[in-house]
Amino acid sequence: MSNISEFPAKRDSLKGRKYETFSYLPPMDAARIRKQVQYVIDRGWNPAVEHSEPEQADSDFWYLWKLPLFGEKSVDTVLAELEACHKAFPNHHVRLIGYDNLRQTQGSAMVIFRAA
Amino acid sequence: MSTRTYEAGVKEYRETYWEPHYAPKDTDILACFKVTPQAGVPREEAAAAVAAESSTGTWTTVWTDLLTDLDYYKGRAYRIEDVPGDAECFYAFIAYPIDLFEEGSVVNVLTSLAGNVFGFKAIRTLRLEDIRFPLAYVMTCGGPPNGIQMERDRLNKYGRPLLGCTIKPKLGLSAKNYGRAVYECLRGGLDFTKDDENINSQPFMRWRHRFEFVMEAVQKAEAETGERKGHYLNVTAPTPEEMYKRAEFARSLGSRIVMHDFLTGGFCANTGLANWCRENGMLLHIHRALHAVLDRHPRHGIHFRVLLKCLRLSGGDHLHTGTVVGKLEGDREATLGWIDLLREPFIKENRARGIFFDQDWGAMPGALAVASGGIHVWHMPALVTIFGDEAVMQFGGGTLGHPWGNAAGATANRVALEACVEARNQGRQLEREGKEILTAAAAHSPELKIAMETWKEIKFEFDTVDKLDVA
Repeated sequence: MSNISEFPAKRDSLKGRKYETFSYLPPMDAARIRKQVQYVIDRGWNPAVEHSEPEQADSDFWYLWKLPLFGEKSVDTVLAELEACHKAFPNHHVRLIGYDNLRQTQGSAMVIFRAA
Repeated sequence: MSTRTYEAGVKEYRETYWEPHYAPKDTDILACFKVTPQAGVPREEAAAAVAAESSTGTWTTVWTDLLTDLDYYKGRAYRIEDVPGDAECFYAFIAYPIDLFEEGSVVNVLTSLAGNVFGFKAIRTLRLEDIRFPLAYVMTCGGPPNGIQMERDRLNKYGRPLLGCTIKPKLGLSAKNYGRAVYECLRGGLDFTKDDENINSQPFMRWRHRFEFVMEAVQKAEAETGERKGHYLNVTAPTPEEMYKRAEFARSLGSRIVMHDFLTGGFCANTGLANWCRENGMLLHIHRALHAVLDRHPRHGIHFRVLLKCLRLSGGDHLHTGTVVGKLEGDREATLGWIDLLREPFIKENRARGIFFDQDWGAMPGALAVASGGIHVWHMPALVTIFGDEAVMQFGGGTLGHPWGNAAGATANRVALEACVEARNQGRQLEREGKEILTAAAAHSPELKIAMETWKEIKFEFDTVDKLDVA
């Protein structure tokens, strides 16, 4: 048994919570985040920024940061909005959405900043 | 009015049912059969016989034929083609007027197209290769109770395939121990766990006991991870009344999803359950026990793409489609063809993928493809490439067989999946760079590292029995 690793119990802390896509990978650095933003733009999706208190994160509706960035093609602009949202709400989670208006769904959704 | 008179006796089928100049109507139901005629039976006669026996005809003329307009109601064989690579068989294309079939009833369609005709003596073997359902007929069917987009919204999961696991051993666990296995899988990072299809309500674990323990497991794993999860509670039952009773109980416990075996349970039960799911806001996972009995022989039976189209009409939000790479049969191009038929709104004829007709589903939702059977972390790059995001990847042994247990096995699969999705989004070639991608991810995940060491050597490299027809 000594070579079997214990799987940690996490229920007592919000820190153990997961946030869907990419939440089982180590936090992304700036270069990796850039590439995911680029992917959203390349697919023709509309980037959007949303944020939430960690306690409310299981809700379907997070707070919308401004409006979705319809038709935005600049990765830097999207990154700047993510940063601005994070700066305004350092104790919130901040996520990036790629709205796919043709299929009426979110092509992508990932948490970019976790609450401090 | 009519100038025809009654003449008793047996006519050649082709006099009535072979019309090579017929132009199919947009509203006709079209079918392609692969026919192996008995020796000495000409192709036109065999094709006409199939058209007759699957529509209005019987073996002899009857006087009541003259009381109706058989020229309107009959099925017509309108085209014959060689089968590439098989000189004994040919394809017969048959058009049926839409009023031969009750609205919204795949039961009725299959009773004609896959009924008595399959035992007909003039043909040696017969295979129903494809059906074109006209949009006018599609719109009479309910289809998937939720569809892919609605399921994603219900589950809050976007931009990646979903992950599942069938609980094993498939028979013999007590309800509480079974719930334990579910809990471990879900807390480790899976989205779904699944009742094995054989699990109904046996003496070792009655359905009510299983449902109760499983739902406690699901809810605890949701609270622990903050993610939405489900277990496909199998409501396949001996009678429809019992099936609905189980489905109602699953709903009362807060389950998001139930499961049905559409071929052993039958299309009548399946369509009813799909309607119930639509009414009650429940997802519906569909298993396909019995399919290989019907679809595996290349010359006889019903091709899986037909069963799949019938299921999309009858209703289901998930359907097992094979994996291409795991332990179960499945040709890659043929699989790509039928997963399109399951998920997309319009699919063009594409013989290279075994699709004989354009198929327009109109506004009918699509369903998620389920890849399950003998797959593990090393298959992940190929699975993400083949299936894309609109799929559930189910690792049974590939989760539960992890040396550290279910939770670690689940985490290994989730890490591998997310690493592959990230790499794909970066434009990397998953099937070529799979090893580097997984190895890099394993550097941060001891669970994945152990999984990769455990399953490195396992491969399933048998030849496919049901191949596409090629010269």
